[in-house]
Amino acid sequence: MNALTQTDQQTGAGNGTKRESYVTPVANILETADGYLLEAEMPGVNKEGLEVTVENGELVIVGRRSDKELPGTAIYREGRPLDFRRVFDLDPSIDTGKITAKMEQGILTLTLPKAEEVKPRRIKVTD
Amino acid sequence: MSLIRYQTPELSTWSPFVGLSTLRDEMNRLFDLTSPGFTGREDRLLGTWSPPLDVFQDKDNVFVKCELPGMKKEDIQISLNENTLTISGERKQEREIKEGDGYRSERFFGRFHRSVTLPVPVQANKVTAHYKEGILAVTLAKAEEAKPKQIEVQVS
Repeated sequence: MNALTQTDQQTGAGNGTKRESYVTPVANILETADGYLLEAEMPGVNKEGLEVTVENGELVIVGRRSDKELPGTAIYREGRPLDFRRVFDLDPSIDTGKITAKMEQGILTLTLPKAEEVKPRRIKVTD
Repeated sequence: MSLIRYQTPELSTWSPFVGLSTLRDEMNRLFDLTSPGFTGREDRLLGTWSPPLDVFQDKDNVFVKCELPGMKKEDIQISLNENTLTISGERKQEREIKEGDGYRSERFFGRFHRSVTLPVPVQANKVTAHYKEGILAVTLAKAEEAKPKQIEVQVS
């Protein structure tokens, strides 16, 4: 069977690669004529633990959890205390300089507007 | 789940392994759906929302943690009945999706309901809950008789 966690390799500063395990956060994506809206679920992550980067047409979101392990001993566990990471390929029509992010109650909301030139325009027909 | 592809005998030789690798791929997909690597919840397979729950205890308290991102605290209900703690509520999709919009939905919306039997009796009037960063944390004080007692050893 396939591996249970997705592992992402991160290159260290010259000393080889460092392996870290992440969980993929679920996300909703809405596309309108003006742009995209992305909502990713990352419970336990606040603004300080969030990293959103755009590079080479890829959007990388990393959420580091700040919720501590509960005290005492575990009786029953379903949650996994792993950090979140997900990569998206960006539509080239997105104006990456205008991306905004908001973090609230474990939900990251990203607004990715499309560049003005790309939006549908009506072309007037002249005689 | 797709069926194993039927192969007409005249067109290709039947290989006993072809069916098996498709079966393995199907099993992989099934396990990917249920594997913790994606969301950690079998509900993905069943299509219902079942937020992950953790239960811990120390000598004085029982702690219950539930991952509920994007909720409003007034939409979460917590109730205690004897030794069973029930967390339920509703998350409404408030985003307006117009016709012609592209939409990919992975998140669950609607009602959820989780019940857990606590390992020891607790004091119903000493339960606190708070909701932060999308995590609901409930602390229940153990009933006095349920707390571990030190027994003194007498040496005569």
